[in-house]
Amino acid sequence: MKTTTLAPAPMPTLSHRASRWFARNLIRIYAALAFIYLFIPVAYTFAFSFNDAGKSNLIWKGFTLDNWKNPCGAPEVCSALGNSLKIGLISTILATILGTMIAFALGRYRFKGRSVINLLIFLPMATPEVVLGASLLAMFLNFRINPGMTTIIIAHVMFCISFVVVTVKARIASLDPRLEQAAMDLYANERETFRYITLPLVMPGIAGAALLSFSLSFDDFIITNFNSGTVATFPKFVYVSAARGIPAQANVIGSSMFFIALIIVVVGQIISRRKKLKVN
Amino acid sequence: MAFLHATTHASAPAIDNAAKKRSLTPYLLLLPGMVWLIGFFVLPIATLASTSTMTRPEGAAVGTYVQSLRFQNYLDAFSANKDQFLRSFIYAGIATLLALAIAYPLAYMIAFKAGKMRSFLLVLVVAPFFTSFLLRTIAWTQILGDEGPVVSFLKALPFFSNDIRLTSTPFAVVSGLTYNFLPFMTLPLYASLERIDPRTLEAAGDLYANGLTTFRRVTVPLSMPGVVAGTLLTFIPAAGDYVNAYLLGNPNTRMIGNVIDSRFFAIVDYPTAAALSFTLMAAILILVTLYIRKSGTDELV
Repeated sequence: MKTTTLAPAPMPTLSHRASRWFARNLIRIYAALAFIYLFIPVAYTFAFSFNDAGKSNLIWKGFTLDNWKNPCGAPEVCSALGNSLKIGLISTILATILGTMIAFALGRYRFKGRSVINLLIFLPMATPEVVLGASLLAMFLNFRINPGMTTIIIAHVMFCISFVVVTVKARIASLDPRLEQAAMDLYANERETFRYITLPLVMPGIAGAALLSFSLSFDDFIITNFNSGTVATFPKFVYVSAARGIPAQANVIGSSMFFIALIIVVVGQIISRRKKLKVN
Repeated sequence: MAFLHATTHASAPAIDNAAKKRSLTPYLLLLPGMVWLIGFFVLPIATLASTSTMTRPEGAAVGTYVQSLRFQNYLDAFSANKDQFLRSFIYAGIATLLALAIAYPLAYMIAFKAGKMRSFLLVLVVAPFFTSFLLRTIAWTQILGDEGPVVSFLKALPFFSNDIRLTSTPFAVVSGLTYNFLPFMTLPLYASLERIDPRTLEAAGDLYANGLTTFRRVTVPLSMPGVVAGTLLTFIPAAGDYVNAYLLGNPNTRMIGNVIDSRFFAIVDYPTAAALSFTLMAAILILVTLYIRKSGTDELV
């Protein structure tokens, strides 16, 4: 940071320009290093998905495509993945619906008790996962409910709702109210305005919230571990097998998720950019 | 990600329209989600509070507890785990500062210097998330491990002794925390930096502020909401985390999350686990409130 600013300001001398050039590139170099730092473990995970290592994927033993050809080769890895996808999908749908409804209530209506609602949305985000997990388990134990698939989904919906609300609410707040007024001026009633103007405009926010929910749910370990009983999710599978060595198939799945998500995000961006171009 | 947006709006409810009138609609919209949050957030926290003062009757089976309003549980739990508490806050604090030091220039670069690459670089910031965070943390254990490339390299250098270790050290735990929550720091920082009108920076220059002064007096204050959101989003999960301490640390780097986890599962001592969880939550909420007050940004929620 400081680097950009070391340049002594107003006189555009040669040394000034040189130092500014240096400063500008220094921050780029810094950022590039930060990106390398971010991606080292991702690259490592990807590289070791090709390791011919058998059960314990610790030391490089040679290149193979077997893990990619047979991603379910290791016991339980695919059932854990299946559980995670199922939980992620159901939790995302529920949390997105519930959260979007709350976001519309907060963004479009005046009502009593708004600050209490805001607090109730904020608190789960400000509570450490270990507390969320422990408290839910304490309640389930209290009611003699056996933890399993359902309790995982309940927990995931709970912690995703807040993130959905904040994301969608921001989108609603950023809408130009004149668009809706224009629709009303053109004799659209409230329902039509909502259906044809508001909802499509808010849609990218909802899609983003859903994507966020899914990735939060799919990657969650701590809360899941408290409330999963004997059900294994993908992160739980990785954690449990960490002690005796993680099969390379887990790396295959992790890397695939990375590329799939990256493609979804990039395609999403291209689509929204095209739409913008069309509108303009 | 959420705070990215949270900081970008001034929370004024929309300025229009007929739907504004008092009606049942908002309550109906709120109902299902609020029922969920009350049932599966508020109620569990209340249960946790009630569990925290329970005791195990003499001779009762493992895991059986009755309510006896024993508030002494809190003192016992805290004094037995002072070190882990302190360690959690210190590790999380250092990790937050490190993440800020890495993320601020990164976010600054993306906001002001990236040009057309902006949204692509933003995707790159989030992208590591998509590889399971556990896999990435385990990758670090192997990269920094005793047989790994980094240690081998350091051993080859003359000024390190041959028994140098990186894993199973506080250094590894703090690095792991810094790494894992870096995107949470970068996104809100970016969101607030991106909103700064470049003309305000030019204006500062026109008024004879040099680069450093502009940065200190204009850029930093304007990016404060992002700094606050980012530090909170890093600090809170880092303080409660136990995965990094478990995978990258040793018994002497145990954090409070590890204790809560093992009290629940290994020792089946629910009251202590509950008392510790509650203390952690209260401590974090107090810190957060003080911090938000002090930094003067209420726009967070």
